[in-house]
Amino acid sequence: MSSLISRRSLLTGLALVTPALLVGYGSVGTSPTFRDLMLSSGEFLSYRTHRLIASGSLAREFDAAEISPDFRMNGNVQPRSMDYQRHQSEGFANWKLDVGGLVETPREYSLADLRARPARSQITRHDCVEGWSAIGKWTGIPLRAILDDVRLRADARYIVLKCADDFSGTPYYESIDLVDAYHPQTILAYGMNDGVLAVGHGAPLRLRVERQLGYKQAKFVMGIEAVASLAPIAGGRGGFWEDAASYDWYAGI
Amino acid sequence: MLISPIPDTKVLPQGGDLVRRHWLSTRLWHWINAVTMLILLMSGLMIFNAHPRLYWGQFGANPDYAWLEIGSAGGQGFLRLGSHSIVTTGILGQWTDGLGHPQTRAFPSWATIPSGYNLSLSRHWHLSFAWVFATGLAAYGLRSFLNGHLRRDLLPQPAELRPSHIWQDIRDHAALNFPKGIAALRYNVLQKAAYLGVLGLLLPTMVLSGMTMSPGLDAALPWLLDLFGGRQSARSIHFIAAGLLVLFVIVHLLMVLLAGPFNEIRSMITGWFRLPEEKR
Repeated sequence: MSSLISRRSLLTGLALVTPALLVGYGSVGTSPTFRDLMLSSGEFLSYRTHRLIASGSLAREFDAAEISPDFRMNGNVQPRSMDYQRHQSEGFANWKLDVGGLVETPREYSLADLRARPARSQITRHDCVEGWSAIGKWTGIPLRAILDDVRLRADARYIVLKCADDFSGTPYYESIDLVDAYHPQTILAYGMNDGVLAVGHGAPLRLRVERQLGYKQAKFVMGIEAVASLAPIAGGRGGFWEDAASYDWYAGI
Repeated sequence: MLISPIPDTKVLPQGGDLVRRHWLSTRLWHWINAVTMLILLMSGLMIFNAHPRLYWGQFGANPDYAWLEIGSAGGQGFLRLGSHSIVTTGILGQWTDGLGHPQTRAFPSWATIPSGYNLSLSRHWHLSFAWVFATGLAAYGLRSFLNGHLRRDLLPQPAELRPSHIWQDIRDHAALNFPKGIAALRYNVLQKAAYLGVLGLLLPTMVLSGMTMSPGLDAALPWLLDLFGGRQSARSIHFIAAGLLVLFVIVHLLMVLLAGPFNEIRSMITGWFRLPEEKR
């Protein structure tokens, strides 16, 4: 009987039970090494797979009849910055989008400049990381058009969006790779549901990057910067929630 | 199951004999799944806690009608299904954590990974182990098809599908009358139905509906979302299928206990199973 439980099966059993014990050990998930090596593998595998199989795929666009009757406002709904509030009181007439970083010709755009350019409208689904979804119509200028204006330098790898809002004094920002930056559905929206973009939804300008979750859709965009690396910016993880609470930088999952 | 009786004999095994019962691929997958599914369930419950409401259709958020909701109101936890609400204080919606503090999250800390509210960390657990789960299911499915496990052990024989046979099997289960001798080496028809339903329907539903939670994959594979009728329907189906899997595991563990836990667990670890003695 005792020979039944051979050394091999004992080792097999141990190999199977050990991970379970590790899981039971509550702090393992918060250990930086474990989190970086093991728990970020899902984001890494998904990002590589999505880019490999479908870097050019388009997000579903819906009919006007499918628009959510009430699009939930989320995140900050009123930036506290004095500068922003001054622009808000002036109807953003003197507001300028600042485009710079690793580009050949840095420049500024007024809201009128952006509205004068060919616009794209799309009815898409917004998925919050929490699990809810809302469908809305967005109108704006493709980010690609702006990048074509300013011409990226060869060492540019990411586009960073700098925002007017903050959480407890830490400014909001986001970043995307160049695949998403040049994607036809990636727009800087100034209109929503056939009206002007409301302050609660990110006026005067917000990003729509339709194949990623809600926290990537930066609101109150004040500036765009092309960079070679995300590491030197703020917490170094490429976005406010990425820095503040280790949310995935690639939010296509 | 593979029957390989005592080497160098042509004698069929009988009650009391030790026989090889489970393929190595079955045993490996079983234990990887046991760990992976527990992690996925508990981290999934934490993700649900971030928005404890379920909807049908393409969209759904706080202003929209939720068919299921877990919450708290007036110091009491509740679970609402349609227009029916039940009080769940202490278990769901309103409970007391290990430090004695009242909490109003949907699922309590003992049921979630991590135990304290942390959506990003639960997503890291869930979205990493989802890869282990999905690749394991695909590998096991392929292996079972190629080595004949699916055809020989899981698909029912025509004779087993006769109503009289199925009825007899139901009566045997109800009487806790488990097969003896060499008959114990084969899955009975109810077992086959349960395993096939889980393997062929429930587990693929978990993986595919889980994939539709990804806006990136929704763009790449729009037909997948159509299969489930929209993202919020898919999220509801993901939750319901997880509930059915929990039910399956409860019944599965109960049957292991009733059939003899030592022998059953040994056979799933080492592959060796002692055939139950026939009545003399």
